[in-house]
Amino acid sequence: MTGSRTVPVASKRRTPTEVVKLKRWGRVIGGAAAAALVVVIIMMFATSRNVDWPVVFDYIGNAAILSGVVVTVELTVLAMVLGTVLGTVIAIMRLSQNPVLRWISSTYVWFVRSIPQLVQILFWYNIALFVPTLGLGPWLTPTNAVITPIVAATLGLGLNEAAYMSEVVRAGILSIDKGQREAAASLGYRPAQLMRHIVLPQAMRVIIPPSSNEVIGMLKATSLVSVIGAADLLTRAQSISSSNFKIIELLFVASLWYIVATTVASIGQHYLEKKYSWSSRPMRRSSRPVVEEQV
Amino acid sequence: MSQSEIVVEAIDVQKKYGDQTVLKGIDFVARRGEVTCILGASGGGKSTFLRCINHLETIDGGELFVDGHLVGYRESNGKLYELKERETADRRSRIGMVFQQFNLFSHMSIQDNLVQPQVLVKKRSAAEAKERAQVLLERVGLADKGRAYPRELSGGQQQRAAIARTLAVDPQLILFDEPTSALDPELVSEVLDVMRDLAASGMTMIVVTHEIGFAREVADQIAFFDGGKLLESAPPQQFLTSPSTDRARNFLRRVLS
Ligand SMILES: Nc1ncnc2c1ncn2[C@@H]1O[C@H](COP(=O)(O)OP(=O)(O)OP(=O)(O)O)[C@@H](O)[C@H]1O
Ligand SMILES: [Mg+2]
Repeated sequence: MTGSRTVPVASKRRTPTEVVKLKRWGRVIGGAAAAALVVVIIMMFATSRNVDWPVVFDYIGNAAILSGVVVTVELTVLAMVLGTVLGTVIAIMRLSQNPVLRWISSTYVWFVRSIPQLVQILFWYNIALFVPTLGLGPWLTPTNAVITPIVAATLGLGLNEAAYMSEVVRAGILSIDKGQREAAASLGYRPAQLMRHIVLPQAMRVIIPPSSNEVIGMLKATSLVSVIGAADLLTRAQSISSSNFKIIELLFVASLWYIVATTVASIGQHYLEKKYSWSSRPMRRSSRPVVEEQV
Repeated sequence: MSQSEIVVEAIDVQKKYGDQTVLKGIDFVARRGEVTCILGASGGGKSTFLRCINHLETIDGGELFVDGHLVGYRESNGKLYELKERETADRRSRIGMVFQQFNLFSHMSIQDNLVQPQVLVKKRSAAEAKERAQVLLERVGLADKGRAYPRELSGGQQQRAAIARTLAVDPQLILFDEPTSALDPELVSEVLDVMRDLAASGMTMIVVTHEIGFAREVADQIAFFDGGKLLESAPPQQFLTSPSTDRARNFLRRVLS
């Protein structure tokens, strides 16, 4: 019980004067091998006579390529906006009390996730074969006038994305403590206010990381629309290479731009996460003089 | 005082979860300006009863009136209409609720916790709401904490802020569900002090608590719940010194020893 009495005096530690670090040979060798491999691969590309590097640099700033980058970014934004808005609606339906809404939303998710994205894009592009005219009464337009490649691409990518985003949003909503809803309800918040002002803002913290993944996935998924000639980055790169036969070089150019876009998106994610990290803020802040700030 | 108007009236209220009956016919009255303390062992249905009063739960039998209105319904032309979501929300805003786990909105500053409900529910201007928030924060001794986030406060401070938030939408009645049970012992009294002030100001309160001292000192009546029934309802002196049921005697022996 009285442990202190049984401790021998000799066990008192002396402060060591020198620290000998453990030699982690495995790490050193592994690291060196990996680095060597990377260098070899880079050299292979850089010195290859089959890659015409000046062409790569010429086309990076090419007007057609740049317009392709713009289209790719536009498509990503449009499809993500459609996917996020619709996905949120589907998530809320899925969690509602109404069995019909729940059934519709889960069927949508099941159905859309079962069909390859490429097939969906082709479907929307060819929708005119199925629905030749759009509109009501006297206002009829041929479907083909409405469904441009960009519209078809946005629908194909966005409606598919909605199924995935709905799962992301649903997980976010479910992560919110029941007490938060009950507190809001007992203050007199209506269900829509509760969702908008309490649940969704808190769910953002859970929603953001996976939806940044979705954005990055979308940036690359837009390349699928080259099958319908939507003038995105890959379509532009391919149409150039089909006339100058510099296939690898233009794929490099496209890849570089995809890397830039995903990098920018990742940086954006970092800032968004910071913005919504209210609950992981260090405690220290409370010790700041709060009164001064209030002026 | 016992002649003042009735705020909550329960007549044979029943509540089931599946085939388990957790409220087995509760008859209960609380009057304007009164403090009722609900005592009883765990699982007796105390929280469930509070949650029925502000319609977080729906009752399965009997009648429950708050402010003369049947909970969950609107009477008109001799018929009962189920309330729309908006009407339920309206009614709830007149009944405050303070939770064991405080439940301050964790993504907002303390000030915003008090301001947003006023703006959304009471349709006050932001400026007006802020002014009132500051008054209430002063009242609970948190005038300098408006900018802090809930997690930056101690439990006692959070609970006082939660009480202030409840007051922000001007309830007629406040329900407390074990407001001090999640607190470290040394923080209990600061919350009870705020509740005492509130009681002195004439607020109608129904408090589920294990703080017998508070009940003795502040309550106008004590209601003793056990096994889904309200076994006794009496003024504190009478209940604490000469309870009329064995269950209550046993309960008091356990908590007072
Ligand atoms: N949502 C629920 N679903 C099913 N059973 C429930 C639910 N909420 C409460 N119960 C049950 O109802 C009974 C009464 O619970 P209640 O929370 O009202 O008791 P209490 O008197 O507040 O107890 P405590 O002192 O532990 O808070 C318990 O047996 C509990 O298991
Ligand atoms: Mg309880």
